[in-house]
Formats: sequence, C-alpha cells, structure tokens
Amino acid sequence: MKALKCRECGREYPLTASHVCEYDFGPLEVAYDYDLIKKSFNRKLIESRPQSMWRYRELLPVAKEPTVGLQVGHTPLVKADRLAKRLGIRELWIKNDTVNYPTLSFKDRVVSVALSRSKELGYDTVACASTGNLANSVAANAASAGLRAFVFIPADLEQGKIVNSLVYGPEVIGIKGHYDEVNRLCAEIAGKYGWAFVNVNMRPYYAEGSKSMGFEIAEQMGWELPQHTVVPMASGSLLTKIHKSYQEFTKLGIVDDSDYKIHGAQASGCSPITVAHKAGLDFFKPVKPDTIAKSLAIGTPADGFYALKVMKETKGHGDDVTDEEIREGIRLLAEYEGIFAETAGGVTVGVAKKLIANGRIPKDDSAVLCITGNGLKTLDAVAGHVGSTKEIRPSLREFEALLSAEEKATA
Amino acid sequence: MAIKVRIPTPLRKLTNNEELVEVDASSVGEAINELQSRYPGIQERLVDESGEIRRFVNVYVNEEDIRFLQNKETALKDNDEISIIPAIAGG
Repeated sequence: MKALKCRECGREYPLTASHVCEYDFGPLEVAYDYDLIKKSFNRKLIESRPQSMWRYRELLPVAKEPTVGLQVGHTPLVKADRLAKRLGIRELWIKNDTVNYPTLSFKDRVVSVALSRSKELGYDTVACASTGNLANSVAANAASAGLRAFVFIPADLEQGKIVNSLVYGPEVIGIKGHYDEVNRLCAEIAGKYGWAFVNVNMRPYYAEGSKSMGFEIAEQMGWELPQHTVVPMASGSLLTKIHKSYQEFTKLGIVDDSDYKIHGAQASGCSPITVAHKAGLDFFKPVKPDTIAKSLAIGTPADGFYALKVMKETKGHGDDVTDEEIREGIRLLAEYEGIFAETAGGVTVGVAKKLIANGRIPKDDSAVLCITGNGLKTLDAVAGHVGSTKEIRPSLREFEALLSAEEKATA
Repeated sequence: MAIKVRIPTPLRKLTNNEELVEVDASSVGEAINELQSRYPGIQERLVDESGEIRRFVNVYVNEEDIRFLQNKETALKDNDEISIIPAIAGG
C-alpha cells in the first residue's frame, strides 16, 4: 500500500480510517506500488500458498500479516454443464460464494480485510450498515477476533439474516427504514464515534477484499480471464473491484492481456444502474427499492458511476429481472447445478439467461456467473414457490398410489 | 427561515469543528450560499463548476434525499434540518 487516493481528483491521503476526499467528496481508494509488487509476486508464489483469498495478499490492503479471516475464500469454480445447456451457451462457470467461510457469502472477503486492517489501526470496536450478509460476516468475524461489534440493518430484513447476526452476540440495531436510510444514519454515527465502520470509514480497505473473487476466477480458469463475467450490483462495488482485479493481474503479467466483458445484474425493483446503462447515461437517478432481492436493494448506489463506466469500457451490458424471474433463476441454479443461492444469485442467473437469449452473450462464448450468497438465508423469498411436500401415512400402499398418480400426471 | 445544517466530518475543518450550524434560507441552494458567506470555501466542496451538487454529495432535507424533492430548488421552512452526507458503499 502506498496511500489512499481520491478516485475523482487524485489527491493523496495517509493510510488511515478515512473514506472521502475533503475537496470533492470523491471516494478514496488504496493505491499500490505495482513496480515493487511485480518484482516478487507471480503465479508460482501464489500457488505455493494456502488455498484462501490471502494467497493474493500483496494486492490486498494490509500492512502486516492478516489476522482476521485467514480461511476465507478460494470457493469452488463449478463447471455448470447442465445449466449451460439449459441456457443455451457453450460453456458456463459458477463462482460459488454460497459456500464461503464462515458466513456463506462473498462478504467474508471484504470483512476479513476490513477487520484485519481495523486491528492494525488499533480499533477495538467495529460496525457496519448492512442489508444482511455483511452484518452476518461482521458479527461472526468480530466474534472470532474478539472485537466489539455494532451492526445496523433495515428492521424488515429476512428472519434468517437477523438470526444469523444475533447468534454471534453483537449489538444488532434494526432501523425502521430501507438500506439507504440505514446508510445515511451510519454515515452520521461514523462521524461521531471512534469506531471502525467497515463500509464507511474503512471502505477503501473493505472494498479491496472483493478483488479476491476476481483473482480466484482467473486462477481457477487456468490463469486466464473469462470472456464474460456476470456480476450482481447493489452499490456496484463488487463489479468495479472484479474489473480492477482483472486489470491488476494483466498489468502484473499474471494473465495474458485479453478481451473480457463485465455485465451487471440488478433486480427490476431496484435498478438505478441498469436503467441508466440501458438509456446510455453515465449517471443514475436514485430510486426507492421494492424487490425481494433485499441484499441488492440499494437505491443510491455509491459506486454506480464507476460500475456504468466499467460496463461501457468493457463493452458489457446491464440488465434487470423481475421478482418472478429472480425466483426462476434460483430454481434453475438449484435444479440444474445443485446450488441454492439467495435472491441476488437468482438475479445473476436471471440476467445471464436474458443476455444469452438476446445474444448479448454469444452462445459460442464462455461465461462466469458470480453467485454471492447462500439460499438458506433468504428462505422467505422462495418458500411457497418451490412446490410442497407430499404427505402420506407410513404405508407402502399409499406410497405406491402416490407414485402411480404422479407417473400418470407426467405421462 | 431558521434552518439547521449538519456538517459532515470532512467539512468541519472549514466550520471550526462546528457540527450543527444554523442558517437563514428558503431553499437548499440559498442555504449553500449562506454557508459559503459564513465559511468561505465550503461551496466549491459541495457544488461543481456548473453549479450542480457534486455527484458524490448526498443532501437530505428532514431525512429525504433532495433528488426525490426539487434538488437545489427544494423549499425550506422554519426548523427544517439539512444533512450533507458522502455516498457510502454497499453491504
């Protein structure tokens, strides 16, 4: 790490817990000394290290060895042949962060970086504003690191995500409002209390953790960048960081320079970025979210401008899907690949299906879908939409009657 | 109108560390002008060359984003509260 640098005006700041440029409010980003990194960082070194996100640690913003979340990452990249056939594409891969450690979403990546860095900077209390997955991860990782934690969530979140935060024993504060309101309150709280707010004052470090998903995709593809990557967008941060990871690997000579397209996926009930993209705009209009994909329900996406830029520069596309299509996406991934994703995964699969059907992703190409969270956390969204159990008495006769009735029905 | 403005941490160097300041204004735009006359330099932090509020600055009147109201023309009444908040990441 060299410094924090404003993405708008390029002014540099020291490597403290600070996220906004004093001059134009632009977001600060971690700057690295790539010439120095290039001297020792290569495929062989990476391959010699344990299989976790920390095998790319030269490109992650910690000053010393990481201390939180050492087992995070290196989730499976699954070759999804059955789903590929169903969607009509030559080759399809699922980057499966539904099984990330320890809290079953890609947020473990950003949190292990944010908390490792928070400890380096001397904090003993951490906090976050969350749509659920981040709350779970901050709560769990803070518990194992012995840090005090405050998590702020919209009060109407899925029960699974609330219990999944409470169990680790942090302070869980439910805000009567949507995520953008939680965010606004947390920005005010962060200014007042001396805590490490992972997605407020620690954001420059936190956000870099998402790059590890892109590094892993490149390594698991055999040190190659995929032709197409489909990424769900809430604030748009993951999409911009996957792009950054591909750029860094290319710049450092770890992968060959190649053409790749990065596509963004949103829910139609909260689609400020894809609506702007489809209208050819480089700015978005904030919206009030109304979607079952609560983890993507951010109406004022902080990285929306940069996500639009990445889609445009890589000639990718952005699209959005309805709640019905989200549920269908969840079912497709489950029924064809045996992977149960949360609603954001349904968004990604649904948008990929659309982009393949309309030729934006050509059928002879290869695509990676970023699946970021586990379906067990959003059971409420699909319960009642995935069929129901068939009840019988413990009798062979009843079972056989049921089976023959089913066979007749499908014949 | 007496309006309260919450000043975010990155701008408090300009307001002698005042966190809450009171201005007399009937619209958001006027409130920003008023701040500028009292704390020279604060306007260019909030507003770009074309006079629009910078894209990473979110302004709220009584907890509502002014982009859902009338932006800088949003009318203010006595005791309204303006918050100025940097955009922040997802979660």
